[in-house]
Amino acid sequence: MSTGGKNKLVLGYGTCGIAAGATAVKDALENELATGKYDAYLDIAGCMGFCFREPIVEVTDPDGRSVIYGDLSPKRVSRLLEAVAGGEVIEDWVVRRSDEPGAGEGDFLANQHRIVLRNCGNINPESIEEYISTGGYEAARKALTSMTPEELIDEVGKSGIRGRGGAGFPTGTKWGFARKAKGEQKYLVCNADEGDPGAFMDRSVLEGDPHAVIEGMIVAGYAIGATQAYIYCRAEYPLALKRLDIAIAACHEWGYLGQGIFGTDWDFDIKIKKGAGAFVCGEETALIASIEGKRGMPRPRPPFPANEGLWGKPTNINNVETLAAIPWIIANGGDRYASVGTEKSKGTKVFCLAGKVRRSGLAEVPMGYTLRQVIFDVGGGVREGKEFKAVQMGGPSGGCLPASLLDTLVDYDAITATGAIMGSGGMIVADSSTCMVDLARYFLSFTQEESCGKCVPCRIGTKRMLEILARICSGEGEPEDLERLDILAGDIKAGSLCALGGTAPNPVLTTLKYFRNEYEDHILRKKCTAGVCPALITLHIQEDICTGCGACAKICPVEAISGEKKEPHAIDADTCIRCKLCLSRCPEEAIYAE
Amino acid sequence: MEQVHLNIDGKDILTTSDRTILEAARENGIRIPSLCNEQRMEPYGACRICLVEVEGARGLLPACYTTVTDGMVVHTATEELIRIRRTILELILSDHPKDCMTCESTGSCELQDLAYEYGVKDARFRGEEHHYEVLADNPLIERDYDKCILCGRCIRICREVQGVGVYDFVNRGFDSVPGIPYDKPMMESPCEFCGQCVSTCPTGAITSIPSKGKGRSWQVEKVRTTCAYCGCGCQLDLHVREGEIVEVSSPLMVGPGQGNLCVKGRYGYSFVQHEDRLTTPLVRKGGDLVPAAWEEALGMVANHIREAMDDEGPDSVAFLSSARCTNEENYLLMKLARAVVGTNNVDHCARL
Amino acid sequence: MDDKGCECKQRFADPDNQEPLLGILERYAGEKGALIPLLQDTQEAYGYLDEKIMRALAKGAGYQLSQVYGVATFYTQFRLEPIGEHLIRVCHGTACHVAGAELISEEISNFLGVKDGQTTPDMKFTLESVMCVGACSLSPIMIVDEDTHGKLKPANVRKVLKKYRGGNGEKEE
Ligand SMILES: Cc1cc2nc3c(=O)[nH]c(=O)nc-3n(C[C@H](O)[C@H](O)[C@H](O)COP(=O)(O)O)c2cc1C
Ligand code: SF4
Ligand code: SF4
Ligand code: SF4
Ligand code: SF4
Ligand code: SF4
Ligand code: FES
Ligand code: FES
Ligand code: FES
Repeated sequence: MSTGGKNKLVLGYGTCGIAAGATAVKDALENELATGKYDAYLDIAGCMGFCFREPIVEVTDPDGRSVIYGDLSPKRVSRLLEAVAGGEVIEDWVVRRSDEPGAGEGDFLANQHRIVLRNCGNINPESIEEYISTGGYEAARKALTSMTPEELIDEVGKSGIRGRGGAGFPTGTKWGFARKAKGEQKYLVCNADEGDPGAFMDRSVLEGDPHAVIEGMIVAGYAIGATQAYIYCRAEYPLALKRLDIAIAACHEWGYLGQGIFGTDWDFDIKIKKGAGAFVCGEETALIASIEGKRGMPRPRPPFPANEGLWGKPTNINNVETLAAIPWIIANGGDRYASVGTEKSKGTKVFCLAGKVRRSGLAEVPMGYTLRQVIFDVGGGVREGKEFKAVQMGGPSGGCLPASLLDTLVDYDAITATGAIMGSGGMIVADSSTCMVDLARYFLSFTQEESCGKCVPCRIGTKRMLEILARICSGEGEPEDLERLDILAGDIKAGSLCALGGTAPNPVLTTLKYFRNEYEDHILRKKCTAGVCPALITLHIQEDICTGCGACAKICPVEAISGEKKEPHAIDADTCIRCKLCLSRCPEEAIYAE
Repeated sequence: MEQVHLNIDGKDILTTSDRTILEAARENGIRIPSLCNEQRMEPYGACRICLVEVEGARGLLPACYTTVTDGMVVHTATEELIRIRRTILELILSDHPKDCMTCESTGSCELQDLAYEYGVKDARFRGEEHHYEVLADNPLIERDYDKCILCGRCIRICREVQGVGVYDFVNRGFDSVPGIPYDKPMMESPCEFCGQCVSTCPTGAITSIPSKGKGRSWQVEKVRTTCAYCGCGCQLDLHVREGEIVEVSSPLMVGPGQGNLCVKGRYGYSFVQHEDRLTTPLVRKGGDLVPAAWEEALGMVANHIREAMDDEGPDSVAFLSSARCTNEENYLLMKLARAVVGTNNVDHCARL
Repeated sequence: MDDKGCECKQRFADPDNQEPLLGILERYAGEKGALIPLLQDTQEAYGYLDEKIMRALAKGAGYQLSQVYGVATFYTQFRLEPIGEHLIRVCHGTACHVAGAELISEEISNFLGVKDGQTTPDMKFTLESVMCVGACSLSPIMIVDEDTHGKLKPANVRKVLKKYRGGNGEKEE
């Protein structure tokens, strides 16, 4: 990319970067650059995926060589700029360098296949010109000026892309339903509610490349015959909302949204609707109710939204990631997209790696990779060299898979066969310090909190399951509880109105299937081997490590810790309330739970 | 609307495409249980007790919400369905007072009937229960949300049928409950006290205070009559126990009201046995009103009318009818005025 | 300190002042299904949804009060009570949970004496839990007002919060 003969600095300025302190780095950089001492300029971009090394700056020199630096802070800014000016590379901070792909975390990117994330981190998301300079809006122009809606639907069908929002329904087929539905007015909705509590793929795309989503929507709207579209975005994503606003305004200026777009006689516009905090509103019929200004309670399907959706009109709902892939598919052809992946799962999938994985961040991989490749080759394996225990996929609707299933392919059907789901892309890695019963309890407490309360199996059933799990975690579980969980899980899955309840038991079912021993440890032996469940652990101080600094004794709320100064301390198990405060306080990490 | 052939539990059925599976089944004598569904309102599909298996469909479908399609093959009582219904009932009962003994609804409670039918005794799944205050903040309607199964019928009838919208669900999930904003008493809400919510509530969560403790459904005799308050002609069932009217309801989908009543029809029955109620005509004699026979009273009216007509002509007479008369009665009064007496002086209280 | 307090109070309009509401009603006049944005903007203007304001909103926008109340109690974003000067949001997304978010919340509760969703009697802090704020790599996370505090340890929580409590940033147990 041309830098205009100067050094170009691009600061990762997505939510993750900002949370890690990118704003202070930005201020520092701007101040330094304002002195005019350096032959460099600053731009911003969305998340590059290296969340684990934020704040991040990519430096591109006039020859096009680039180095990505991580772990920046305002203090490091002048050192950085001097290095840039001197053409020097600060090896210790390198995340990736273009001339040495093996350096730093280079293989994180090298092992990816970026279609949806093609621009994320590479362009300024607040500039439509930068998007256009990468070929942006050419796909929409092509679609509107030289293709019929049927041809578009065919092309998308050929790509084999399946909905990335979780259910994996073939997008081309879905568009076909909406196209065929009778009705003067049809609607398109982009589902950007992203409620999985451990996933932020959609947010990163919206923050890093909002125009890709808008372009995908223009194509989808034209294909199904919808002139009005909505983006339903959670209110917790202020930056994504802001960038969408900027992008939509720019599109109006350029004639890409509004009346007669791209010089045709096709009208198309997009309105943003902010969610108000309800996971269930990611479900299609609840989402529709919410846009209509009602309580977000699902209704049975059929009738499907394709026939009776928003305001009773035919409505097509697609996920952010699905839509962001569309321009690429139209520009490069469905066949090319379909050449990536497995027989029934085509293209790529974005995953959000988190938990005990070394490189927690955003990665896009081809379908057909093994989970091992995703977690170890891309994600760098488990943190602190600990042992891999499980990966949770699909969040509250998904499941936990053990090490023995690491060779499962990233493929809708292969993953479903294990009891987990592809889901929207959350991948939480667990190590020996993660309690699987507690994790199941966590997800159940999430779904139970988020249940809309309309149908009985979900409203009361998930509550009862949660109560059983809480009982097990607090050491009061009984052997019959496992059977109760099984019964409830089966009937909730089959009986619930919407997929929230319909999938809520999955985290429990998969942990029961693959980690039953941990349940039995909790119930029969009253032990939490991971050292997580407070009622089932005891805290100890390792005498040979403790320096007797007394920090633990000071913080203990119940004075359970005693010992002479500079002598090893000890915990009185009877007094201890297992709040674990001392655990994080000890500078020597001498305290452990078991 | 098209003709549709389908098969439910082995029985071939011919019906129309606007029917739900539940309606088609009931019309053909096949009983599918339901709780959140009621004919007066749009289907809601919440309780899941009516789930049925439709061959070729993904997952089980609510019979109350799913319209029939040609060639559909439906099973309403598979082992799986019965198991799920039992679990649903057990789950409901796990957050429900087992209070049938003194509950106002015993005998007319849809939940009790289903628990009986499916032999659900006690909940395998115990846990947190809700304990709300019993709300008797007005003379007519009592609400005990411990017995609420969140079917939403009260909310929907008040909004969809009555057009008032007193309630909505408050909160979400396990803690959702129908309620009046800010927990205000009914008197401070827009409530019209039509008792429609009472009439649809499948359990003892909303009940009528005037009939409290006055008789079980099997202890009363239901006497069908027509409401005497206005000309609509709503059908009433007077619940009579030992000669006393203890409650009034309206048969579903019958007559002009289709089971809906207003406050007068439902609650305005205490006059029937009131001691002040006139049981014979009164005639004024020497300044006092004295009981008289119908012949005497009507004869007196006829004489006065005739006198007036003879003296001053037919237009000296005027007729005023009542909103409480039926159309037929109003018509007859008009005939009497115009054809018999010969005057156009005929009017109606509703115009005043 | 006093000055700051005043400033904070003025962040939001007084529920007795209907002016802002009227502006909001006008903004959405005639728009179908605008109840949620109406409530969002109203909450932004007033800090929370006061009963008086809710009644005026229902009337002004032509909704039954029960509908407005039903919607406001369904979505977690809406608050029917005023919030404290500082809003503490603890992330309970999956990554933060695995990293020990529960211990963080517990420690905050112990320190402030309020539970999730409550406000301290002195109206200084409101404690809320939120789902993934998208900074999982920094888990566990707590956001106070606009500041993100990542890689938190339960033992450090008090120190962080004390900064917000006291006058010039420090002290005051
Ligand atoms: C409880 C629940 C939550 C959901 N949340 C989301 C979400 O946040 N984002 C999303 O795209 N799809 C979500 N879905 C899936 C959508 O209902 C829908 O299938 C999807 O948006 C369709 O788009 P796609 O075909 O492009 O995947 C959710 C489904 C359920 C049942
Ligand atoms: S499954 Fe849960 S979220 Fe879905 S309709 Fe039923 S209660 Fe609501
Ligand atoms: S866990 Fe808590 S109660 Fe137990 S010794 Fe540590 S600080 Fe004290
Ligand atoms: S509502 Fe029905 S089930 Fe409940 S106590 Fe009354 S009669 Fe029994
Ligand atoms: S009595 Fe009538 S108006 Fe009052 S709440 Fe019940 S249905 Fe609504
Ligand atoms: S009060 Fe009665 S009608 Fe209303 S939701 Fe509860 S059970 Fe249903
Ligand atoms: S009667 Fe059909 S779901 Fe309740
Ligand atoms: S006329 Fe029907 S209730 Fe009054
Ligand atoms: S889980 Fe807390 S930031 Fe994602």
